[in-house]
Amino acid sequence: MSKSTFSITRRTLLQGAAATTALVAAPAYLRAQSAPIKVGILQPVTGALAFDGQQGRIGAELAIEMINGAGGIDGQMIEPVFGDARSTPEGGTAEVEKMQAEGVVAIVGGFASPICLASSQAASRYDLPYLVDVGVSDQIVSRGLTNTFRFGPGFGKVTQQALENLVKINEAAGNPAKTVVLVHEDGLFGSGLAQLLQNELPKRGFEVLQTLAHPTPARDMSNIALQIRAANPDLVIPSSYYGEFVLLARTMQQQRIQPKGIYAVLNGAASNFRFVQEFPDAAENVMDCNHWHDPRKEESQALLERVRADGNVWTYNIPLNYSNVKLLADAIARAGSTERTAIRDALAASTFEDHVMPYGPTQFVDGQNQGAAPVNTQVQGGDIKVIFPEDFADAEAVFPVT
Amino acid sequence: MMFTPDIVLTATINGLMTGAVYALIALGLTLVYGVLHIINFAHGATLTAAMFGVLVLNQALGIDPYLAILVLTPLFFALGYAVQRLVIGPASHGEDVNILLVTLGLAIIIENALLAIFRSDTRSVDTPYGFSVIEVGNLFLSTPRVIAFFGSIAVAVALWLVLARTDTGKAIRAVAKEKTGAALVGIDVRHVYAVTFGLGAACVAIAACLLMPTFYVNPRVGGAFVLVAFTIVVLGGMGSIAGALVGGLFIGVVESLSGLYLGESLGQIGIFLIFILVLLFRPTGLFGAKA
Repeated sequence: MSKSTFSITRRTLLQGAAATTALVAAPAYLRAQSAPIKVGILQPVTGALAFDGQQGRIGAELAIEMINGAGGIDGQMIEPVFGDARSTPEGGTAEVEKMQAEGVVAIVGGFASPICLASSQAASRYDLPYLVDVGVSDQIVSRGLTNTFRFGPGFGKVTQQALENLVKINEAAGNPAKTVVLVHEDGLFGSGLAQLLQNELPKRGFEVLQTLAHPTPARDMSNIALQIRAANPDLVIPSSYYGEFVLLARTMQQQRIQPKGIYAVLNGAASNFRFVQEFPDAAENVMDCNHWHDPRKEESQALLERVRADGNVWTYNIPLNYSNVKLLADAIARAGSTERTAIRDALAASTFEDHVMPYGPTQFVDGQNQGAAPVNTQVQGGDIKVIFPEDFADAEAVFPVT
Repeated sequence: MMFTPDIVLTATINGLMTGAVYALIALGLTLVYGVLHIINFAHGATLTAAMFGVLVLNQALGIDPYLAILVLTPLFFALGYAVQRLVIGPASHGEDVNILLVTLGLAIIIENALLAIFRSDTRSVDTPYGFSVIEVGNLFLSTPRVIAFFGSIAVAVALWLVLARTDTGKAIRAVAKEKTGAALVGIDVRHVYAVTFGLGAACVAIAACLLMPTFYVNPRVGGAFVLVAFTIVVLGGMGSIAGALVGGLFIGVVESLSGLYLGESLGQIGIFLIFILVLLFRPTGLFGAKA
């Protein structure tokens, strides 16, 4: 009796198991048609770089929302897998491992160069395509990693453009600026830039009167302002982060220090609407050479309005990440597959121009987008205008200011 | 490098004005140390919270940062009192090590709560007097910073008067000197602890109101000031009000002048050089009592 009970039970069990397998398997097969495509959105949303990280995430989210709203990639929705790099390279690599485990097809973001360097390297071990959103260090694209792509310009390109454009703006005004004071934060970014400018400016006819370094965070910029006043330069070139530049600009205004121009390079504040709104007088006429969207494109204007309607501040992180996600979506669509190598090859061969940056169609050489370049912006009448190059400009430079 | 006397004088005055605010922040820290014998790691986070308080009052209700003193000082006193009475006191179980960890935990909670609410954006308040200056000879002294200087000194004097002249002050001093003895003569030690903590929080609330017209706020801004405040507390003598005031002004001037002569990046060297010298030759601090 016990034997027969057993055999019945086993048969029932096997039947049940088979039925269950069929039930589970069938929907899985059906689901495969519309399974979402997972994309890693890696940003430092906590820690020292949290502001930039949050801005970058906003850009990526809006692109995903737009793509999914228009039917996704051939009917498949994009599902973002968010990661917090915690403002450190280790945080970035840890998130890459998690994203790999989650099954993402590519990663976008990183923001800071050290995070981008470490995270793209971690991703390369899995052949995982990595799109650098900002990270300007030129080392990022010179390591021979086939998975790493940078849509925006690198440090060398930005500084070269910044110098060339400065000379042109100065020439157009009849060369009023001859002397310069450099103000820079004393980290890798500011010191490296100051060193380069110190070497290059004299070759272009500018005399560097003084180079003033300051720490981040700085509690007071009064002494820097004092020394600028004593040197009395035609031009002040600051390379600092947001808080310090705001303090400097406010102190300069208060101390009635009025050089012929403030020409920032990759400066956090001069391209930030928060600064323009909070201190319109201190911000007025400040120039910057930085990443910026193409103001002539309708899509960039719509994006800007959407960001404002959501109550967010507009910074370059938003259009850069927005464009990167669109670039990736285009590559996935052309690859016709979520195979990593196929996406990588599609990215490498891409000529994507449906983005909101002033770059033209993409053309990657060793992972670097050749058309990527910074633009010159200037705060004019409480707005941030593009003043150079002419192809993308929506205003003329106000220079000299005094 | 040589500077004109004008620049050196202005840098010295700048240092005094910055130093007065350092002193005010150090006051709260040194008071809590003097009475509770603990380092309050949540001091910086409290400062940040108070600065956001100034921002919110200004942007939502249009309250001037200086008028916000009237709102935020009692509010932060009450918060400090409640936190000590309801969180730190009960959680410590009489162990100083626990208190240290509890305040550290509080700091993390406050900073992340601020990050969640306000995000990491850096913000400032704009006031009509934000850019006004007082002209002394050919020096332009920033009006809000002059106000901050005198405001900080006034608070230090007031705090000293409270401790020296009032019954509460006497009770605080009694508890600081001999906790058990104070309890024996009928002083409610837990109440005194909480009042002290409240006073410390009130000090940073005032400091926040004095700072905001010339500074900015983001969820991590407090750290920039509190590290210096720790140095000042040690320099002036742990628990000494006069020490915190003199130490703050002194550190402000040292930072400003060493910044001028060595470059702003190395300005901190002056502070920490003095810090090490004090620890070597006068470990009790300038005004500290012999242990």
